[in-house]
Amino acid sequence: MMQTDRRDFLRLAGVAGVTFTAGLFPGRQAMAQADDFHFVQFSDTHWGYKGKANPDAEHTLEKAIVTVNGLARQPDFIVFTGDLTHTTEDPKERRARMKRVREIIGGLNVKDIRFMPGEHDAALDKGEAYKEYFGDTHYTFEHKGVHFIALDNVSDPGAKLGEDQLAWLAADLKQHKTDDRIVVMTHRPLFDLQPSWDWTTADGAKAIDLLMPYQNVVVFYGHIHQEHHHMTGHIAHHAAKSLIFPQATPGPQPRRPPPPPYDPSQKGLGTRDITIGKTTTFVELPVSKA
Amino acid sequence: MRRRYFIALLAAGSAAGGVARLAADAPAEVEVIAEKFDFTPDTVKAKVGKPLTFVVTSIDRVHGFKMPDFGVRTDIVPGAETRVTITPTRPGTFAFFCDVFCGDGHEEMGGTLVVEA
Ligand SMILES: [Cu+2]
Repeated sequence: MMQTDRRDFLRLAGVAGVTFTAGLFPGRQAMAQADDFHFVQFSDTHWGYKGKANPDAEHTLEKAIVTVNGLARQPDFIVFTGDLTHTTEDPKERRARMKRVREIIGGLNVKDIRFMPGEHDAALDKGEAYKEYFGDTHYTFEHKGVHFIALDNVSDPGAKLGEDQLAWLAADLKQHKTDDRIVVMTHRPLFDLQPSWDWTTADGAKAIDLLMPYQNVVVFYGHIHQEHHHMTGHIAHHAAKSLIFPQATPGPQPRRPPPPPYDPSQKGLGTRDITIGKTTTFVELPVSKA
Repeated sequence: MRRRYFIALLAAGSAAGGVARLAADAPAEVEVIAEKFDFTPDTVKAKVGKPLTFVVTSIDRVHGFKMPDFGVRTDIVPGAETRVTITPTRPGTFAFFCDVFCGDGHEEMGGTLVVEA
């Protein structure tokens, strides 16, 4: 049924979706999952960015909202995994950008929206402005039997979760059984994806250690502006594309190359529709041409 | 003199494979200035087996200095000299970069260590 909805949507919007299916929650595969649901992940919208990597930067977010509003089956909720705004060193301008992002996002039909900061939003003032506009930088919530944990590895300018948050995470996990379904959302990768490009979290390994005893954990993140899938033991990590521009693919270069040149077909931009059920299905939704 | 030896000793423990090189001569030094959003110089040369000390100062704010290939990172605080000693064990190019988010341009703040045989 979900499959049909998705095909309908794709035909409707006249765009091609790329799907990726993973056996999320391996310990639960044998069990019937009555309450399938889906949510949409937006990442790295970088409102305020001006540069040649995306000459359409000002309107990309609006276009993506049109795409999501056009989904045949609306998502249960929407997640923004950080870098809502592009860095500015001016605290007034930072707040102006956040205010504008809130206004634009108000155009989404779905009103259940979960936010997370990226380092561009929060690292220069330890999340102060972010909290005024988007609330807590780390929190948990439940949805249809799945426990969601949003982690903040960006408000600390050294890209740390920090001892306090790790203790909070440990206490939260203690309240759960080792076969509970857990979705972790964060901005930077928790594992060492590419340390020489700074694609890590300084103390991310400590969070992964805390999560390891739990059999059904998946991590969704942003930051690297591209689709990426990685396992640490039985824990799957999935990076989402950025709405603003793609970044270089991890490679052997000691320093991260600049973003690839702008592609008028907007390759590399998009939002991700994630279905959680017996397996997890991702459909990458390109930014609408509308 | 004494202080320099002590730092080399410390760094040998964490830098990639530096232990056997400890008896070699005193580290060469290179002065590096950190400011938003550059290291000067941003290309540093070294030789395999020769210890090299980065003497880093910041002229504006707190930055970081990280070399993941050598297992070292430190804050660079204005008004203080930060010394980091490494001993390369193989030729190649390796990154050093600022890992303390310091503004719009932070992501480009880095340099390259070129190690020759
Ligand atoms: Cu810096």
